[in-house]
Amino acid sequence: MTDLLIKLIPVFPLLAVIANGLFGRYLWSHDWAHRLAWGSVGLSFLCTIGVVADVLRTGTAHEVIAYQWIFGGDLTINLAYLVDPLTCVWLLVVTGVGFLIHVYSVGYMHGEDGFTRFFTYMNLFMVSMLLLVMGNNYAVLFIGWEGVGLCSYLLIGYYYDKVSAAKAASKAFVVNRIGDAGFLLAIFLVFINFKTLDYTKVFAQVGQLSPDMATAIALCLLVGAVGKSAQLPLHTWLPDAMEGPTPVSALIHAATMVTAGVYMVVRNHAIFDLSPVAMETVAIVGGCTALFAATIGLVQTDIKRVLAYSTVSQLGYMFLGCGIGAYTAAVFHVMTHAFFKALLFLSAGSVIHALSGEQDIRKMGGLSKKIPWTYRLFLIGTVAIAGIPPLAGFWSKDEIMGHAFVHHHYVFYGLAALGAFLTSFYMFRLTYLTFYGPSRMDHHTEEHVHESPMVMVGPLMALGLLSLVGGFLGFPPEHGWLHQFLAPVAGVGGEHEVGTGLVLTLMMIATGIALLGWGLAHYLYSMNPAAPDRWAAKAQGIYNTLLNKYYVDELYDVLVVEPTKKLGLALDWFDRVVIDGIVRAVGTMAELGAAGSTWAEKHVIYGGLNIIGYGNHLLAKQWRQLQSGMVHHYAAIIIAGLFLLAVVIQLIVQR
Amino acid sequence: MQTGGFPWLTMLILLPLAGAGALYFVKDAAARLVALGVTLADLALALPLWWLFDPQSSQMQFTEHVTWIVAPPIHYSLGLDGISLPLVLMTAALMPLCVLISWESITARVRSFMAMLLIMEAAMLGVFVALDFVLFYVFWEAMLIPMYLLIGVWGGPNRLYAAIKFFLYTLAGSVLLLVAILALYFYGGRTFDIQALSQVTYPAALQTWLFLAFFAAFAVKVPMFPFHTWLPDAHVEAPTAGSVILASVLLKMGTYGFLRFSLPMLPDASREMTPVIAALSIVAIIYGAYMALAQTDLKKLIAYSSVSHMGFVTLGLFVLNQQGIEGAVLQMVNHGITTGALFLCVGIIYDRTHSRLISDNVGLAKPMPQYATLLVIFSLSSLGLPGTNSFVGEFLVLIGTFLWSKAATALASLGIILAAAYMLWMVQRVAFGVPSPHHLPRLKDLRPRELAALIPLVVLVFWIGLYPNPVVSRMHASVAKTLESMARTKVAPATHPSAATPPALALTSGGPGAERGPQP
Repeated sequence: MTDLLIKLIPVFPLLAVIANGLFGRYLWSHDWAHRLAWGSVGLSFLCTIGVVADVLRTGTAHEVIAYQWIFGGDLTINLAYLVDPLTCVWLLVVTGVGFLIHVYSVGYMHGEDGFTRFFTYMNLFMVSMLLLVMGNNYAVLFIGWEGVGLCSYLLIGYYYDKVSAAKAASKAFVVNRIGDAGFLLAIFLVFINFKTLDYTKVFAQVGQLSPDMATAIALCLLVGAVGKSAQLPLHTWLPDAMEGPTPVSALIHAATMVTAGVYMVVRNHAIFDLSPVAMETVAIVGGCTALFAATIGLVQTDIKRVLAYSTVSQLGYMFLGCGIGAYTAAVFHVMTHAFFKALLFLSAGSVIHALSGEQDIRKMGGLSKKIPWTYRLFLIGTVAIAGIPPLAGFWSKDEIMGHAFVHHHYVFYGLAALGAFLTSFYMFRLTYLTFYGPSRMDHHTEEHVHESPMVMVGPLMALGLLSLVGGFLGFPPEHGWLHQFLAPVAGVGGEHEVGTGLVLTLMMIATGIALLGWGLAHYLYSMNPAAPDRWAAKAQGIYNTLLNKYYVDELYDVLVVEPTKKLGLALDWFDRVVIDGIVRAVGTMAELGAAGSTWAEKHVIYGGLNIIGYGNHLLAKQWRQLQSGMVHHYAAIIIAGLFLLAVVIQLIVQR
Repeated sequence: MQTGGFPWLTMLILLPLAGAGALYFVKDAAARLVALGVTLADLALALPLWWLFDPQSSQMQFTEHVTWIVAPPIHYSLGLDGISLPLVLMTAALMPLCVLISWESITARVRSFMAMLLIMEAAMLGVFVALDFVLFYVFWEAMLIPMYLLIGVWGGPNRLYAAIKFFLYTLAGSVLLLVAILALYFYGGRTFDIQALSQVTYPAALQTWLFLAFFAAFAVKVPMFPFHTWLPDAHVEAPTAGSVILASVLLKMGTYGFLRFSLPMLPDASREMTPVIAALSIVAIIYGAYMALAQTDLKKLIAYSSVSHMGFVTLGLFVLNQQGIEGAVLQMVNHGITTGALFLCVGIIYDRTHSRLISDNVGLAKPMPQYATLLVIFSLSSLGLPGTNSFVGEFLVLIGTFLWSKAATALASLGIILAAAYMLWMVQRVAFGVPSPHHLPRLKDLRPRELAALIPLVVLVFWIGLYPNPVVSRMHASVAKTLESMARTKVAPATHPSAATPPALALTSGGPGAERGPQP
């Protein structure tokens, strides 16, 4: 029964993709298209609940084979699923949050061109994401991995007649491919070492790996994870991905797909655990990204871009957590982040919807009265991400930071704490600029401001509730329900018995940091609105650097993109002039040779023939006529070559 | 040797030839229908082979054996194994699509054009099923002429230059192939039987020379770097159907030759040359990808992407393991499907805008949504997205390569990244954006005839991508047999064959170099 449910989970959205994709445009209306879309995800969610309930009850993982996919030599790959507690968490998040976002999209995308296409892609994304988290081997993980990348590409480029959207889409895919190449190498390394790609078999014999090999595999995996989860230095695609519709940003670029890198690291923690170097690297990448992205978030003016950098930063926390061995905390943060970040994105979407498409926070302000529900829910999201107890974000972030402190990673703790302060600041800055203060909208927009319909606010409320109470799944810290559930798969980590006093102190410090950020934002954007510009003018250099995202895009353009294009052009020249030049030179030589042989024929052979008889000469003249076609000239040379070669071979063989 | 029963393979070759003959008795208007009917009938004839084929057996199946010339002993000898079966079916499946796509775009000398397509089909099928070297060579050369004419008569403005370049390049290779065949005849026991010749062990030095002669013939066809410059010219000038045949089938002749002859007959030389071929393959993968990035002409872009993709095939063949070779054979089929489809797509848009330049064909998604959808699907297949056919092939090739060299795999996977870059950049410009108003009125979405040409390929893309087992399982035994025959014992290098009993060299020498020192 459970096995059947597991098989069914990805099937519902797949059927919806096929139905809507092939016939949606011709056979039924938008209404049926969206019902099919969210209905199928809802059914997957129900199946997930059934499966999770079973896993909870029996405490065993399920492995189900759908069919044999590839085999060649000693390689066999099944399309098969593994549902263990780790997968369960992701399944709940993906189908649950996914369902809410699908429902929300019905309102948000209402009246858009290509409404059916949107839902087809969204469902296809669900299928890929489900394969990604459900696969029982690296190959299925990779199908899902590239599949979500494809859907991300299609959905970023949803407004395809917008050149910026098409460019952002290609950029996202190509940058991800760099990571994917690393991932692929990791898969090959795994196959060489274990002769199988199934997780259970690989992790059962993981002990035989040499530390160097473990490091190699882990680092290759990390390259893939860094691409997918937009970590340094491959983070540049995610902010550009905001060209896609807002529900896409919420589902793919915040709640689910970008956390795939974290999933992959946690799934492979047995390999990572063997390599201190790889762990250190994961922590460094995560810690640096957390701080780096947070600083950029301070000065952005596009509501979605602030959230995008915040996503990059929060993903950094998850990687940091993985790197220091706090796997459960990382997964916990994935979950709470999915709640509050989806909430924030969808509320931002509701704001954008209300303002007829405006995304610049400099042209907002004073919206709290006009769209009260959106405002309240956005505020919940802000408080949650800022890390103020008892909302969801506090518990998970605090756990990562606490783990860093307790295990003496003080540098990482410092990075994380500074990042947390900045996070709190930029999120409240965003809230103040959007909802408080005087309105900076133009008249036309202001007149049309309206609260979003229930189909959009409803999912927001559900996410708001989850952001309020979701943190209690991991309460008390290190010993919550989630920790017990994940214990069999995420490892326990170094079990330090930590005094309650230290835990409480760290919590208080974390809360203090968050409140400090809020206070600063309150000072700058509520009490003293002229101050931010003054500060920016004073530190012009820093401000511009941040505003331009440290010029990383420009740097990559100069270092990678332009040289690649130039190399293409240079090779094109090389191909046409050098290689083809040689070919043409050979052709000319053959022509000359043909001319030479014709000359020889005429003057030497015919000269001799003349002696024999004039009749013969006439005949030969006819023969020569035959030789004037270009192709035949070559053929003559070639046949001469043939004899030469035959002679050469004969000589070699007789040697 | 005749297994009796229905002469499937002969019928497969004769049917298109008969069709070509029949075309002389019909009018131009009916020629299209006749050609379509004949190619479809040929496909219908080929399809049962898929199920009748015994995947467990590594032997040639559906064999036919008739003496053609007594002295020298040349036979009309045909057979099919797991390597040629998918290629035969792919060829038979593509030909009706080529007829469909030429329906309206070919208006001059329709009868002759269709006749050329049919003769081409017969020759191509012949190459894949011939088991006698002379017969093989006849088919091999016979392909050249209709292709030359397809480009030279129905091609673009620069067609003569392209046709002659194509002709010379391949002819130069063919001559060396003939020399090699003759050498094999003399040293392999005075027979042209391909299977018998594959059993013989040749002296190492001879192997090297023969390998180079084969290489000249096959590398040009693949085409391997640096013998590829005929390909973009030929593609650009060829009519759409010509491009499709060229890319989908003709390029496979080279890799098929490597697999059918170079590997089993010259195992020592093949092993020795592996680093060279692998290096050239990797250069082709990366070089072709960079070239594709720089192109402004759609056909050239796809032509160079072919150079890159065929690099994966040669790489897979020469890493000499089961995964690599199976991946390579699968990739031959995949490349035929995907690149053929991409050329069909270019042809379709060329019929509308009369330009193949990317800059003239932008923003097609709005006016031609179906076309854009299919173009995106084939592009994704071309860049090897999991779930599509090319991924399975590339994955197997790369895993095979990885067993041989990690560095080579790392370099080759650079090609995968670049493939995403050039394909998506093309899609970004062609499918997305806003179309130029001057072309807009002509941009009608796919006609039923064009859909009929593309839909079967979409089905194949996903079928092989999602369930490649039926294809792969049919090639297992044959690939294993090829590898097995490569593992046979070597003899001492450069022994002199006694002219009277050349087979003794292999059969009675009683072990490596026994009793036979080098000649004083």
